[in-house]
Amino acid sequence: MSLTLASPGRKLGSIILWTAVTALGVVALFTLATARGESVNAMWLVTAALCVYFLAYRFYSLFIADRALGLDPERKTPAHRRNDGLDYVPTDKYVLFGHHFAAIAGAGPLIGPVLAAQMGYLPGTLWLLTGVVFAGAVQDFVVLFISTRRDGRSLGDLIKTELGQTAGLVAMVGILTIMVILLAVLALIVVKALADSPWGFFTVFATLPIAVLMGVYGRYVRPGRIFEMSAIGFVLLIGSIALGRTVAETPALAALFSFKGETLAFMLIGYGFVASVLPVWFLLAPRDYLSTFLKIGTIASLALGIFIVMPELKMPAISRFVDGTGPVFAGSVFPFLFITLACGAISGFHALVSSGTTPKMIGDETQIRFIGYGAMLMESFVAIMALVAASVLEPGVYFAMNSAPAVIGATADSAAQTISAWGFAVTPEALTQAAAEVGEKTVLSRSGGAPTLAVGMAKILSGAIGGASMTAFWYHFAILFEALFILTTVDAGTRVARFMIQDLVGTFWPRFKHTRAWAPNLAATALAVSGWGWFLYQGVIDPLGGINTLWPLFGIANQMLAAIALTLCTVVLFRMKRERYAFVVAAPAAWLYICTVTAGLEKIFHPDAKIGFLAHASRYSAAAAEGRLLAPAKTAAEMSRIVFNDYVNTTLCAVFLALVLSMLVFGLKAIGEARRATTVTTRETSDELHDLRIARA
Amino acid sequence: MSCTICGLPALDLAKLGSKLRAGARLMIGQGDYDAYVAHRGADHPDEPLMTREAFFLERQASRFGEGGRRAMRCC
Repeated sequence: MSLTLASPGRKLGSIILWTAVTALGVVALFTLATARGESVNAMWLVTAALCVYFLAYRFYSLFIADRALGLDPERKTPAHRRNDGLDYVPTDKYVLFGHHFAAIAGAGPLIGPVLAAQMGYLPGTLWLLTGVVFAGAVQDFVVLFISTRRDGRSLGDLIKTELGQTAGLVAMVGILTIMVILLAVLALIVVKALADSPWGFFTVFATLPIAVLMGVYGRYVRPGRIFEMSAIGFVLLIGSIALGRTVAETPALAALFSFKGETLAFMLIGYGFVASVLPVWFLLAPRDYLSTFLKIGTIASLALGIFIVMPELKMPAISRFVDGTGPVFAGSVFPFLFITLACGAISGFHALVSSGTTPKMIGDETQIRFIGYGAMLMESFVAIMALVAASVLEPGVYFAMNSAPAVIGATADSAAQTISAWGFAVTPEALTQAAAEVGEKTVLSRSGGAPTLAVGMAKILSGAIGGASMTAFWYHFAILFEALFILTTVDAGTRVARFMIQDLVGTFWPRFKHTRAWAPNLAATALAVSGWGWFLYQGVIDPLGGINTLWPLFGIANQMLAAIALTLCTVVLFRMKRERYAFVVAAPAAWLYICTVTAGLEKIFHPDAKIGFLAHASRYSAAAAEGRLLAPAKTAAEMSRIVFNDYVNTTLCAVFLALVLSMLVFGLKAIGEARRATTVTTRETSDELHDLRIARA
Repeated sequence: MSCTICGLPALDLAKLGSKLRAGARLMIGQGDYDAYVAHRGADHPDEPLMTREAFFLERQASRFGEGGRRAMRCC
């Protein structure tokens, strides 16, 4: 791929091509940035993003591959060295790209950008693009490289060997906490989307019997026929969306499938428990197949829809809420935009995937660039599309959907009045009309991002296929697909959390490690479920909508994990004696430390009760001392519970801060050691034949 | 085979189809059965071979099994 191999003619062609891409990207970004007052076509945003991705891939990722890491096509990968035909298999790079992309792209890149749209589309776009190019894709790339050079070992293991036992244990606790918060916030998104929505609840509920049917088919009727079972599942799924309309329009049935948030929370908690202890072929695996294929299909059709419809962006480039007073999430651009928008820019979670199955299937080291860096660029593009979907809505509708009832009231009149006063003109009729179009009673305060994205997607997709009459169908299709893959993450994640708990407790009490014994199995599952269930329930009853509190916590946790992963990367580069290039990973690591520590401190100590947990707690305890009740508390007991929750959240934030700062210390210590050492001290799996060849040459 | 005008390789639909299939299967943790058979045949010819169905069930169980981390996915 190196330029020196190209003939002069091709070199000139290449220069012309890349100059053109740069020029196009600059024009697109300029158009986006200078738009004031008039709406801009979404294609400018898409074009700007694609140009940035191509340039970054062609130049920056090549620099990392050749200079910083020194990828070596001659060196044997674990897929060859340990080939077992099962886990370790040299795999075609395009096939592996698909595998890796499906593992890293979930609901995250679809939700964060929707929330970030409250500041206008520009701040989110700029962070998504710079974040992915210099941080997110670099992290995925380098972690995949490090793991591939070490037999495909996991992140926790890698930290243990390169940074020491204690650091490994700290990282393990960190990963587990992140899992718990992640599962809680994802479950909360589902609850918000399905509460009082018989159509939505019915279709999501229908996936349970459909999955069981698929499972039985794939195990007993036609074993292993994945595509047959998925096709059956898909047809039934579409049927259930159509049937859902009848359910919603029949009052007796609608009542049967309408649930309040609290009830849904308990149902989800029960579901998470049952799904993760049942045999996997019965429910978990078939749902996983359905949701994976649906996810890829939906992402592809959203891309197609945007290219066909070429919608206008209704959201302003920069809204007044950059000042931090926005209703969707509290806090100013720095640090909270960088916390809210994790997936798509940088997501620490990917470090777990990049040190999972993918490194065991890399056939040639040089492919790590395409798979690690390339797949993350693709996820960032998914996030850009989500930002487009949120920005094609009328801003008035967007804010009505994403503001808590405590802010905009419970009626279309009060909502329209409040939001119009913010400067986003909207009428009550427009809000009821928006709900009617998608076949729902109301769209007010459907926070969490998923419903907003669904309305945006419905608008785009119905513009491509079916017209206005299909809007309600597309809306529920989008809700179903998001709920489906969120629930798949919730049940699979509960299982992962269960194994982590067994592993962690097992370090001190070995009997707990037996994953096949029922008692530890059930105990660990119960622990995992009650962990995320507790935060889920607090989120559901939170007057500010829950997402307001939980999403920043999740963002901090996710970015903190990224900081940990990038610290590992930096240490490894120092150990390889390639510290000249360590800035590639050290710079994004430093940025993440600054963001997470600032955000963590602000979440605890900020004097504004909307942001700081302690300020919120003291407001409520002061009121309670005077015997006053503050909404939404209706009793003195509820008042003290709110205060208690604030202290729990404070503790959690403090734990995050302690984790991330101790990793910083471990990292700096390891870097110091590596600098003092005179030779390479990294602990790669050696490839002796390869070393011999190099020594001879 | 490549195109005589543009020099790009001609689109091989059969190959593309099989890659798409393999990609879709690997997304859900189902590896390539033929690669497994080829590997076992080359390296362990005397050991028993799993049938296609057994291979499917083994891969399914291992994706969510011990550690469960093979099914790890992002948010």
